[in-house]
Amino acid sequence: MLRTPISGVDRRPRTIKYSVVKRSSTMQWFGPLWLVLTFVALGIGLYEAATAPREATMGDLYRVFFYHFPHTILSFVWPYVNCFASLAYLFLRDRNKQRAQAADALAVASAEATVLYASIGLATGMLWGRAAWGIWWAWDARLTTYLLLWLLYVSYLIVRRFSAGGQTALIAAVLAIFAAVDIPICFESIRWWRTQHPAPVFGGGEDAGIDKSMVPAVLWNVGAWLMWGLLIIGVRYVVERRKQRFQDATAMDFLNGGDDTAEAA
Amino acid sequence: MLEMTYAHYVWTHLRKDLQLEWRARDSINGMLFFALLVVVVFAMAFDPGAYPATTRQISGGLLWVGLLFAAMTALNQSWAREQRNQVLEAQRLVPAPASTLFLGKALANFLFVTAVEVILAPVFVVFYNLHILGNAWLLLLILPLGTWALVINGTFFAALGLRSRNRELLLPLVLFPIAMPALLAMTQATTHVLTNEFPPNLWIKVLIAYDVVFTTACILFFETILHAE
Repeated sequence: MLRTPISGVDRRPRTIKYSVVKRSSTMQWFGPLWLVLTFVALGIGLYEAATAPREATMGDLYRVFFYHFPHTILSFVWPYVNCFASLAYLFLRDRNKQRAQAADALAVASAEATVLYASIGLATGMLWGRAAWGIWWAWDARLTTYLLLWLLYVSYLIVRRFSAGGQTALIAAVLAIFAAVDIPICFESIRWWRTQHPAPVFGGGEDAGIDKSMVPAVLWNVGAWLMWGLLIIGVRYVVERRKQRFQDATAMDFLNGGDDTAEAA
Repeated sequence: MLEMTYAHYVWTHLRKDLQLEWRARDSINGMLFFALLVVVVFAMAFDPGAYPATTRQISGGLLWVGLLFAAMTALNQSWAREQRNQVLEAQRLVPAPASTLFLGKALANFLFVTAVEVILAPVFVVFYNLHILGNAWLLLLILPLGTWALVINGTFFAALGLRSRNRELLLPLVLFPIAMPALLAMTQATTHVLTNEFPPNLWIKVLIAYDVVFTTACILFFETILHAE
């Protein structure tokens, strides 16, 4: 079929669309290697958690800690990634479109990781609370702030889903910054409001801390879940980048007068 | 040409909104009746006459929840007229800073919600047989601070969601989580004034901090979201 390109627009061969999403050779071996290493670390983490000595008062019940702690700690790390990626997006938006899109992809990936890790943190915390305190939930300072963190990032993902095509990234970036500004205010005000969750295990004063025999299990699990988080963020980032490139390519194709968008899908 | 200052621009936008509201009285009438309905619904749900001490404990929260829901109806509509008449496109062409449009709108919404409060607060006291044990005049500080906290972010997020699907649903979904510390502070401060069990000072400070932080953030980012696309 004959097409008349809009004058001045370069009508490049269709294969260009697929060549830009081709993986670099480094990624080709690095990704699988990271996956294998992550599974090894998760395996060691599980072994260490299962073989660590029984805890004095809680017995085997405390072992959920090795799962609960890494998830909650890391769900406080991913929002920083989200915030910095959003700031980077706002800064790069008018300067370098490719990099801005990359920052936006990272922002989505890290927000989803935040919601995932916080959901697991909440779920394991509630299971532990039910077994240790006899209640599923308490409106204490830590639990409430944590729930608010979860709510903020769920609302961020909903906004992304609802907003119209071209502005999603910008609206999401502004909202991410509002959420980041809100978190310290939330944290302080809720601390004043309620103070049942134990004081922090690490850095919470003299009685805080864990027995030396439990340290390897904590470190392996934090490390392993960190690797897992980076892996899923990486995978989501790559998927999001491909989606962006595909959308750009489809738009270009449309501009060039192609009526074969169905073919591209 | 007469040089206009920032305040002039804000005043121009504010005056326009006030004039339109004066002629139509859509926002205030709608909010007022809605808030009154919420007061009655809460009275059905909690029976405020039977337990005066409990009523005093929960009235602060009920008042703010009612105001929050009522404000949502007006906030959702606050940009609809501008969008219909291409005001947002016009704003991009004029040399006035975009944040003046925002501040004018936020101030207008603030005055509308305040007008509702002026009528609703006495109704609340009468209907719920409230006997305020603390310094009632402190409410004159808490109500405007709390209202500004709701209205500033509400006006901003209403603009943020203008071009999205499910616009009406989106506003509370975004506003409630962000406004949670402010809601906590305004309900706690009001309850402390009503019960006189604790001084409300800390919560007033939280409200002031929230207002300052988010007013700054909204003014900084409004131009960005206005020029979205």
